[in-house]
Amino acid sequence: MHDIYLDNNATTQVDRAVVDAMMPFFTEQFGNPSSIHRFADGVARGIKKARSQVQELLGAEHDSEIIFTSCGTESDSTAILSAIKAQPNRKEIITTAVEHPAILSLCDYLEKEGYTIHRMPVDKCGRLNLEAYKNLLSDQVAIVSVMWANNETGNIFPVEQMAEMANAAGVMFHTDAVQAVGKIPMMLQDTKIDMLSVSGHKLHAPKGIGVLYLRRGTRYRPLLRGGHQERGRRAGTENTASIVGLGKACELAMEFMEFENNQVKAMRDRLERGIVEQIPHCFITGDINNRLPNTTDIAFEYIEGEAILMLLNKAGIAASSGSACTSGSLEPSHVMRAMDIPYTAAHGTIRFSFSRYNKMSEVDEVLKVMPDIAAALRKLSPYWDSVNNAPVTDPEQAFQPTYA
Amino acid sequence: MWDYSDKVKDHFFNPKNAGAVVNANAIGEVGSISCGDALRLSLKVNEDSEVIEDAGFQTFGCGSAIASSSVLTEIIKGMTLDEALKVTNQDIAAELDGLPPEKMHCSVMGREALQAAVANYRGEEWKDDHEEGALICKCFAIDAVMIEEMVWANKLRTVEDVTNYTKAGGGCAACHEDIEAILEKVLKERGESFDPTAASIEKEAVVAEKKPLTNLQRIKKIEEVLTALRPQLMADGGDVELVEVIGNTAYVNMTGACNGCQMAAMTIAGIQQRLMEVLGEFIKVVPASEMSKLVNIQEASHA
Ligand SMILES: Cc1ncc(COP(=O)(O)O)c(C=O)c1O
Repeated sequence: MHDIYLDNNATTQVDRAVVDAMMPFFTEQFGNPSSIHRFADGVARGIKKARSQVQELLGAEHDSEIIFTSCGTESDSTAILSAIKAQPNRKEIITTAVEHPAILSLCDYLEKEGYTIHRMPVDKCGRLNLEAYKNLLSDQVAIVSVMWANNETGNIFPVEQMAEMANAAGVMFHTDAVQAVGKIPMMLQDTKIDMLSVSGHKLHAPKGIGVLYLRRGTRYRPLLRGGHQERGRRAGTENTASIVGLGKACELAMEFMEFENNQVKAMRDRLERGIVEQIPHCFITGDINNRLPNTTDIAFEYIEGEAILMLLNKAGIAASSGSACTSGSLEPSHVMRAMDIPYTAAHGTIRFSFSRYNKMSEVDEVLKVMPDIAAALRKLSPYWDSVNNAPVTDPEQAFQPTYA
Repeated sequence: MWDYSDKVKDHFFNPKNAGAVVNANAIGEVGSISCGDALRLSLKVNEDSEVIEDAGFQTFGCGSAIASSSVLTEIIKGMTLDEALKVTNQDIAAELDGLPPEKMHCSVMGREALQAAVANYRGEEWKDDHEEGALICKCFAIDAVMIEEMVWANKLRTVEDVTNYTKAGGGCAACHEDIEAILEKVLKERGESFDPTAASIEKEAVVAEKKPLTNLQRIKKIEEVLTALRPQLMADGGDVELVEVIGNTAYVNMTGACNGCQMAAMTIAGIQQRLMEVLGEFIKVVPASEMSKLVNIQEASHA
């Protein structure tokens, strides 16, 4: 059996057509696009084409609204730091408790610098309270940053509506759309979103290339100053091959949008239904009716995520986990904690994320091994009663550690 | 994924002694589901000889927690309770050919479950006394609680001080920002402010010897350093005793709270660092319990 890759929210395989588009830019098309000789011409044209391919996927009004960066994290940092530098009198930031660390760590840091950070909580399904959000909007807020889709659960936030609300209150709106781009159709020109982050490696382009969408007219301060690349908004000689690759990847994402939302979704649905039907005491986390088509996050109660991943890996299946142990911290993922998933389950969450390269037959392979993996680990667990094949009655009581 | 040794993988994929021992007469439970790690150790102890005749584990936890539990049961089977109590978390980790620093707490949990089981057998109460914080220094596996306590106890002021006392930050230096944050916090609580350019409190004390030391001088110096460090150790409820010096290796007995806990390894590392600074030569500090393991004690001096 070949290895099965179900960790596409972590990163994706670069599409063959993307590699082919990139190759000339490592060899004959090596010129600096800023130069004025013929070595530069083709390169500058390559970048221009890529810019319009990205523009098309995002539904941006102008191609100059596309700024190439080095990754999703850089786009996130640029957006937030730009907003606070451009509006020095505004000392508050609104975000959510379930953002990627690219946003949350930066906000933690800014908090130390004196900013007030509003981290909006989510309910047990991972949903925001828009009424509470509305009350936070004020002329003290420099920027709202809310992710379009969550990387762990796939939950989709109503960013278009939230951008309207921010706009009405005169507040800038940024969204980390790293997981959403290529999976959710977008028409940014019809929204009030001011800034949006993209990362190439989540949509079959290489790692180390990103985009910041910057709506024309949005007040902006660059993160990197220097040369006039990207119209002075992101200095540094362009990563030409990767930019061309990202352009091609966006074109392909456009083509496969239907496929993603039908065939890919069908694989995801079959996998999660199969798991929940076959394995007792597991459940899907998040807002089930409002998710990315490719993602499912399943909590297996009374067993731990890293142990599950190691057994999956042995069976040739790659997935990921929100368990504490996979990150080396003592707490399960902040997303699981924010949704108030009970500890008996939060340590045992496994995320399966698909791409257009997966096949239905792979789903069947996973369904073949998953029940045995859960059973094997439960046999070892002090919270599981192997004789009755059920959790011990009242696990918190049955296990009485000398200390906790 | 973690860089686990083959031994860890083997004990995880093929755990030994999984499940509860029937007719167990000693049970130790540590951890909790909220921490993501929980271990129940059950032992069948021979009432006459106190020999552990059978051992079984039930573990909720990651790969290394399961492997640590499995290897622990293998180590202690056939030992008397007193022998088993001497098993340290380093012994558990060593038997697994090492654990990543982030995972050392899995071996600590194994040792604690063992202590709890023995206490349960003997009708004693067992109390865990160490608290674990977020891992700060990944090179030397040192957590925030440890650093904070040392900063308080020794009035440390700079990152360099912290490195001298705890070793934290002495490796790749990536955690210096986090150490500064701890210093800022504690110093603020002490009513001072953190000054990154403050002189290290160690500086004036350190005068390295130029000439090579005779063995007698070396022993005397080591005794002096240990005497100076003793109040600090006693503040943590522990103590240290010099047992033997062979060549560049000092064998010490760690007693009290230092004995066997994860802290012991750090403390030993700290003592070693301090000795090297004062003596101006390479010194290896080894727990005296390791001495019996050497086939030929003379070899130690050439190791
Ligand atoms: C939601 C989200 N934001 C940001 C990032 C960071 O992107 P990059 O790895 O390109 O910096 C990721 C990738 O893990 C992500 O999932």
